[in-house]
Amino acid sequence: MAIATIMLVDDEIPFVEAMTKRLTRKNLEVETAFNGSEALEKLTACRMTEVVILDVKMPGMDGIETLQAIKQRVPLVEVIMLTGHATVESAIEGMKLGAFDYLMKPCDMDHLIAKVTEAAARKRQHEEKIINARIKEITNRYA
Amino acid sequence: MNRKPIPLSPYYRSLTRNMVLLVMVISLTPMLLVTGIILDQFSTSHHEKVYAHLGELVLKHKQNIDSFLDEKVQNIRFLADSIDFGRVGQAVMIAEDLSRLQGAYGTVFVDLGVVDENGQQAAYAGPFKLEKADYADADWFKKAIDRPCYISDVFLGLRGSPHFIIAVRKTWQDRKWIIRATIDFLSFNGLVERVRIGETGFAYILNREGQFQTKPIFDFIPTLDIYIRYFSTLERMGKEVEIQERLDGTGVKSLYVSALLKGGDWLLVYKQASSDAFSDLRNAQIIAVIIFVFGGIAIVTMAVWMSGKMVRRIATSDNEKEIMNQQVIETGKLASIGELAAGIAHEINNPVAIMFEEANWLRDLIEDGAYKDEADIQEFERALNQIRTQGLRCKEITLKLLSFARKTDSRIEDLDIGHLIEELMALSAQRAKYSNIELVTRIEHDLPTLSASYSELQQVFLNLINNAMDAMDKTGGTLEISAKQEEGQILIGVTDNGPGIPKANLGRIFDPFFTTKPVGSGTGLGLSICYGIIEKMGGGITVKSALEVGTTFEIRIPVKTGEGQDNQTVAEPDTCN
Repeated sequence: MAIATIMLVDDEIPFVEAMTKRLTRKNLEVETAFNGSEALEKLTACRMTEVVILDVKMPGMDGIETLQAIKQRVPLVEVIMLTGHATVESAIEGMKLGAFDYLMKPCDMDHLIAKVTEAAARKRQHEEKIINARIKEITNRYA
Repeated sequence: MNRKPIPLSPYYRSLTRNMVLLVMVISLTPMLLVTGIILDQFSTSHHEKVYAHLGELVLKHKQNIDSFLDEKVQNIRFLADSIDFGRVGQAVMIAEDLSRLQGAYGTVFVDLGVVDENGQQAAYAGPFKLEKADYADADWFKKAIDRPCYISDVFLGLRGSPHFIIAVRKTWQDRKWIIRATIDFLSFNGLVERVRIGETGFAYILNREGQFQTKPIFDFIPTLDIYIRYFSTLERMGKEVEIQERLDGTGVKSLYVSALLKGGDWLLVYKQASSDAFSDLRNAQIIAVIIFVFGGIAIVTMAVWMSGKMVRRIATSDNEKEIMNQQVIETGKLASIGELAAGIAHEINNPVAIMFEEANWLRDLIEDGAYKDEADIQEFERALNQIRTQGLRCKEITLKLLSFARKTDSRIEDLDIGHLIEELMALSAQRAKYSNIELVTRIEHDLPTLSASYSELQQVFLNLINNAMDAMDKTGGTLEISAKQEEGQILIGVTDNGPGIPKANLGRIFDPFFTTKPVGSGTGLGLSICYGIIEKMGGGITVKSALEVGTTFEIRIPVKTGEGQDNQTVAEPDTCN
C-alpha cells in the first residue's frame, strides 16, 4: 500500500521525471502533469489523487490560477506549492488561497514526504468526517 | 593652489554672448531712449527760448534805433520851424542853433547846414569847412528835395569820413530849403555795437545795397543776395523779426536775426554762431554723451562680467548635475540588474533542482545496490547525461549574464543596436515565458552602427523591457521591439499590449521618482534615466499609450553622419518564447 497518491505538476519535464522516480521509490503513487490545465483535467477525471505538488511559476496557467481552479473543482485535494525563492510572495498568497504548505526548490526528500504524509492524512480526515456526517444523516433519517 | 578656469564649450560661450547681448539691449535701450527724448525736448525748448530771446532783443533794438532816428528827425523839424530863412547868410545864427541842439542832445549832431533848392549850402555850422559847399549832385540832396524829411545812408561825402544826414525840407517864400544835420557816426554806431551776446553775437545794419551802415565788430563782406532775400522775406511776410540758421561765408553755422529799420531802407541783422548761441545745449549734450558713454561702458563691463560669472556657475552646476546623473544612472542600473538577477536566479534554480534530484536518484540507486545489470547502467548514463544537460543550461545562463555585466563602463563605442536588443531579449526570455509574454523583435538588417555607450543603451532597453513586462505580468501579452532607419535616425519602438498608462500619469512618467508601483518596489528612476541617456545622445524618447490597448515607447537616436546605408529590408519577425 502506497503512502499516498500524489500528482506532480511542473513545466520542467526532466525535473518531473527525476522526482517521479525518487518519489515512487519512496512508496508514493505518482501522477504527473506538465501544466495547469493538464493537471486539472487529470484531477477531475480520476479522483484518486490526494495531494498535488504544484510549481508556482509555469507558462500558461500559473500555479496560483491552477490552485484556485483545483480548490474550486476538487476542494478536498490538498495542494503543496513548490517554488524557487524569487516567488515566495506568490507561495504565501497560495497559502491564503487554501494551499496546505509550500516548499522551496530543490527540496529535501524526507521533508517533502513528511509534508505529503501530513497532507494526505488531513485529506483522509476530512473525507472521514464527511462520511461520518453522511452516515449520521442517513441513520438519523431512519431512526 | 591656483585653479585655472576651464575653457568653456561653444554652448556656454554662446550662452554668455546671448546673456551679454540681452543685458546690453535691455539696459542700453531705455537709457538711449530717455537720453534721446530728453535731449530732443531740451533742444527744442532751448531753441525756442533762444529764438524768443534773440527775437525780443532785436525787436527792442530795432525800436530803439527807429525811435532814435525819429527823434532826430523831429529835432531837426522843430529847429527848421524856428529858422529865419531871411538871415541864412549869417553863420552865427546856425551856430547858435547847433549849440542849442548839442546842449540838449549831446554830441550826436556833428554839424548843421541850410541848403537852398539849387544844392548850395547857404549856411553851415560845424567843425568842417563846408560853407558854400555844392550838394547839387549829391545823392542825398536829390532825394531830400523831393520829400519833407529824409535820412540818408551812411556815406563818406565831402568830408571823407563816414556819416549820415538827416534832412528836412522847408518852403519859404516859394523856395525850397533843406535843413540838414549830420549825425555822429560813432554815437549811432554805439547803438548797435552795444548789442553783444556771448563770444560771437553782434549786430550790424545794412542798406538795400548790402552796404554796412554801422561798423561791424568782426570784419566780413556781406553776401548781397542773402540780405536782399531778408528784405523781401520780411516785407512779404509782414513779420517784424526773421530768424534763420544757416552757414555763413566761412562755413560756420550761424543764427541770423533780422529786422527792418527806417521804414524798410535798412536791415538790422544780429548774427551769432549757433555753437555760441546754443552753448548751454551743447554743454548738456556733451554731459549726456559723457554719462551715456561711461554708463554704457559700466553696463557692458557689468554684463560681460556678470554673464561670465553666471555662465561659469551654470557650467559648474551642469557639471555637478552631470556627475549626479551619472550616479543616478549607476543606481538605476543596479536596481535593474537586481530585478534581472531575481529573474535569473529563478531561471537557474530550475536546472539546479533537476541536477539535485538526479544526483539524489543516483544515490538512491547505489543505496539499493542496483548498479550491476544493463538496465541499471543505462539508467545511470541517462541520469548523468541529464545532469550534464542541466549543467550546460546553467552555463548558458551565466554566460548571458556575464556578457551583460561585463559591459559596465559608459565608454562611447560603435555598437550594433540590433545585437544589443537581441541580447536583452534573450536575457528576458525566461521571465517572459513565465508571464505568458511573447517577445517579438523586428530589426532591420544592416542598421548603421551607433556611437554610444553600450551599457547605457542596455540600461535604457532593459528598463523599457522590464516596465513592459511588469505591465503585462498578470495578463500576458506581446512585447515587440522594432528597429529601423529613418531620415538619418534609428527609430526603435518598444510596444506592449498591457493595460496602458492613464492620461493623468502620461505627462509625469519621465519625472524622476514618479512611480505607480507600491513603496519599495520601484525607484521611479527608470524612465527618467532613459530620458536622460537618450537626450544626452541627442535623441528623443516619446510615449504613446491607450488604456486597455497598450503602450509604445519610441526612441530616436541620430546616426553618425556619413555612415548611413540605405537598406530598408525588414527582417522577418523573430519570435522567441
